[in-house]
Amino acid sequence: MNGETDITGADGVPDPVTADLRLSVNGVPRPVTVDTRETLLDTLREHLGLTGAKKGCDHGQCGACTVLVDGRRALSCLTLTVTADDVEIVTVEGLADGDALHPLQAAFIENDALQCGYCTPGQLCSAAGALAEAADGWPSAVTPDLSAPPRLDETEIRERMSGNLCRCGAYPGIVAAVGQVAR
Amino acid sequence: MTMDFLRPATWAEALEAKAERPGAVPVQGGTDVMVELNFDVRRPDALLDLNRVAALGEWSAEEDGRLRVGAGVTYARLIAELGDRLPGLAQAARTVGSPQIRNRGTVGGNLGAASPAGDGHPPLLAAGAEIEVESAARGVRMIPAEEFYLGVKRSALEPDELIRAFWTRPAGGPQYFSKVGTRNAMVIAVCSFALALHPAERRAGTGIGSAAPTPRRAVAAEEFLAAELDWDTGRLDPGLPRRFGELAAGAASPIDDVRGTAAYRRHAVAVLARRTLTWAWHDLWAAGPHEGPHDGPRGRVRRPGGPVAPGDPGDPEKPRREAG
Repeated sequence: MNGETDITGADGVPDPVTADLRLSVNGVPRPVTVDTRETLLDTLREHLGLTGAKKGCDHGQCGACTVLVDGRRALSCLTLTVTADDVEIVTVEGLADGDALHPLQAAFIENDALQCGYCTPGQLCSAAGALAEAADGWPSAVTPDLSAPPRLDETEIRERMSGNLCRCGAYPGIVAAVGQVAR
Repeated sequence: MTMDFLRPATWAEALEAKAERPGAVPVQGGTDVMVELNFDVRRPDALLDLNRVAALGEWSAEEDGRLRVGAGVTYARLIAELGDRLPGLAQAARTVGSPQIRNRGTVGGNLGAASPAGDGHPPLLAAGAEIEVESAARGVRMIPAEEFYLGVKRSALEPDELIRAFWTRPAGGPQYFSKVGTRNAMVIAVCSFALALHPAERRAGTGIGSAAPTPRRAVAAEEFLAAELDWDTGRLDPGLPRRFGELAAGAASPIDDVRGTAAYRRHAVAVLARRTLTWAWHDLWAAGPHEGPHDGPRGRVRRPGGPVAPGDPGDPEKPRREAG
């Protein structure tokens, strides 16, 4: 932390407290200096040029800013960048393997799982996280038998994707796409 | 306005930091604190990030038989690692926010915010949990859950204290949590209810959420169950759950707000109480009346009643979508 609280800039406004960090995004080290109040979403979009994650609501309601943090889905709008210097961050830009689309990306295209596309990066990261959670045996609120591995039928997918809103209403395509990859 | 960012690496450092800067806002998952920061509802002069304090993310079985669950254990881990021993809390955890929120949010954060609508509170009350808090100056204090909540978003936590863990016994009988909301994900409960049967003590614990200034027990309803439940034969008089519901509703003191009216909440608390009791009692005696109550938690885990759409609280006493 290189900030000192009472330094006042030329305009009489206190300079922000900043921190020098070395983030790891999509497998690449990204050194960056951020205001301690900055969210990971703002850092990704404004400092690192990664505009895939979207600012839909900025308070954890819509899921458009979903990224993977150490393999688990998290909302980048509710994550302070200063807390993310010791984790692996993956955004939608990091899902594909070079020019080869991630299976979820291919399935979204095949199943028309988007219209305007604004929520899609969050949907994709969330779906990747959901598949990993199911593979690890995590139950959801609709899992009927907690002792058996969860089976990703439509009800399960809808519940597990319930943190991501799509105002175009592409849900049937999203459910189909996630289901296709889950099988 | 600037904001200092404090990142203690150990619990001792965290307590020192909180003693020096009592105004610092502790943050773990950030799922509650960050909403207030992003919308400028709150401008703390410092944040105290607890993510580096590894001990907070641990849980353990203690010598007195209770579980001590660190304040930094996420809802997702609680469901996966402790769902069998803390079924009521795990049911509630599966309805918190969204999967993304559950991967980051913690019961410790729920306690720190002390919102009357927090989903973690009713199961803690029903189970008789204790909250372990600590300060550098005065050491550890154990606060029973029912004494922890003092008012809307006010708790018994002193400005120089931090929440270390909660302590609770593994379930000794069936536990249920049920809440009313417009959908499962991303809604704040209109009201909620938790029930824990304690067969070894022939009593039940309760917790009401979002229907009073604080989460609270329905004490008269608990006393009624302790006196009236037939623990010898398992027979359940049809009038008993109804009366239990009425007494639970009597313990609520809800308000009218954007999520629902006071009258609706009172009615819904009665319905949730009646249902959770019926489910739990049926679970307890499902093996047949001659076997009597089980001492331990049941092997078969049934999914909870789940959230119920408003305006739909008169349905049969059966967990919704149970058969799936």
